[in-house]
Amino acid sequence: MSLLAVESLELRHGLLEAVRGVELTLEEGETVALVGANGAGKTTLLRAIAGAHRPSGGRILFDGRDVTRLRAHDCVRLGISLVPEGRRLFGDLTVEENLLVGSQRRHGGHWTLETVLAAFPMLERLRDRRARTLSGGEQQATAIGRALIANPRLLLLDEVSLGLAPLAVEAVYESLATVIAQGATVLLVEQDLTRAVSVAERVICMLEGRFVLEGRRGELTREQITDAYFGLSRGAAA
Amino acid sequence: MESGPVLEAVGVRRTFGALAALDGVDISIASGEAIGIVGPNGAGKTTLLSVLAGTIAPSSGEIRFRGREVTRSGASARSRMGIGRAHQVPRPFGAMSVFENCFVAASTGGGLRRRAAYERCIEVLERCRLDDVANRRADTLGLLARKRLELARALATGPVVLLLDEIGAGLTDAEAAELVTMIKSLSESGLSIVWIEHIVHVLVQVVGRLVCMDFGLIIADGQPAEVMRDARVVDAYLGSAAA
Repeated sequence: MSLLAVESLELRHGLLEAVRGVELTLEEGETVALVGANGAGKTTLLRAIAGAHRPSGGRILFDGRDVTRLRAHDCVRLGISLVPEGRRLFGDLTVEENLLVGSQRRHGGHWTLETVLAAFPMLERLRDRRARTLSGGEQQATAIGRALIANPRLLLLDEVSLGLAPLAVEAVYESLATVIAQGATVLLVEQDLTRAVSVAERVICMLEGRFVLEGRRGELTREQITDAYFGLSRGAAA
Repeated sequence: MESGPVLEAVGVRRTFGALAALDGVDISIASGEAIGIVGPNGAGKTTLLSVLAGTIAPSSGEIRFRGREVTRSGASARSRMGIGRAHQVPRPFGAMSVFENCFVAASTGGGLRRRAAYERCIEVLERCRLDDVANRRADTLGLLARKRLELARALATGPVVLLLDEIGAGLTDAEAAELVTMIKSLSESGLSIVWIEHIVHVLVQVVGRLVCMDFGLIIADGQPAEVMRDARVVDAYLGSAAA
C-alpha cells in the first residue's frame, strides 16, 4: 500500500478550478518533485494533502486512511508536515524555539533538535537568533527543521528555493539531500527543475491543474519538461 | 493604422525599497500589434503593465503614448487617452448589472456622455457575448462570463491599446478557447494588445511577438516559438541546466 494516494482530486478557489482530477501515489521513502508554471495547481495540491484546503471532489488516502476531510492539525498528528511557501516562522522566537515548536507534535524517530542541527549546520551558530533576523536561506532551513523535528511520515515542501540567493539554495539543498538520505518521504514543489531533479526520484509536471508529464529521474529530457511546462505541444496542436 | 509605436516604455525603472521590480525596461508596441509577456513569478510583468496603465508611477524612465510623454498621467487620464486594462481577478460591481458595470467604464473610464456610453455598451456587450445577460447582476455570473465582463469593461473605455493581465487563468480548455477567439478578433480589428499570461499555449494562439521578463529585465523578445526555446527563457523558468 502506498503511503499517500490521491484519487481524482478536484480543488477549487471559488469559481476557479485549480486542480482537475489528479491521481498521485507516493511510496514510503520516495521523493517526488512537482514542477509547473505559476497557477498550475502545485501549491493548492500540497495544501490539500496537508489538510489546509478542502477538496471539492476526489479522495486523499494516507497510509490507507481517508484524510480528505481532515483539518490541518489532524493531518500533522497523523504525520503530514507542510513547509509552506514563505516559511511562516515565529519571528520573535529564536531558531531553537521555532524548532522546538515543531517538536510539540513529535512522533518517535530519528529527528531531534540535535539531529536537525546536524543536518542543517548553518543553524547551529544561529540557535539563539530571532527568526525575523535570519536570511531567506536560514529561514528556509529553520522551517524545514521545524517540520522535520516532528518526525513526519510525509514532508511537504513548497517552493524551497523561491527568493533565495544561489548560495543559500545550494546550502539548503545540501541539507535536504541529507534528510532524504535518512529515508524521509518528500513531496516537493520547486520552480528550479535542476534542483528538483537533484533530489527527487520522480518528477511530475503540472499544467492548468492537471498532471501533463511524469517520469523517473533520467527518463525525462529538459526539452520534454519544457514542452509540458509551457504546454507548447498543445499550442502547436491548437 | 498609425505608423509609429502606439505605446512605449523607455528606460523604465521601478523600485520597491531595495528591490528593482523593473530594472531599465525598453518596450515599444506598434499600432495593431499583439504582444505576449511571459516570465517567472516576480519577473516584473504586472508591474510593467501597471506602469503602462498609470496605476504605478515609474521611479525613472518615460512612458509615451502615441509619441507623447504621459509618464505623469494617472490611470484615469490614461484610460481616457485610450489605454484600457483588464485585470487577472475580475472585480465587477457585484450588485450592479452587467450593463451598468459597462456603463460605469464607458462613462467614467472612457469619458463618454450618457447616449454615447449607452451605445458603446450595447456594442461591447454584443462583442463580448454578454448581451443575453446584460441585465443580470454581476455577482451571479460564472467565471468565464466574469472574464468576459472584465474584458467588456476594458473595451467600454474605448481603448487603442488593451492591457490584459492573466485573463485566461482558471478557465477550462473550452472556455480558454472561447476567450482566445474573442481576443483574436479584437486583435484582427486593429486593437493593440499587450497580454500577460502564464498559459503560454493559449497566448501564442493570439500574439505574434513574445517578450520574456526576468528580474525586472527583458531577456528575450521575438517570435513566440523562438522565445520559448531560448535557453535564457528556459533557465529563467526551470533554473539553470548547469547548476
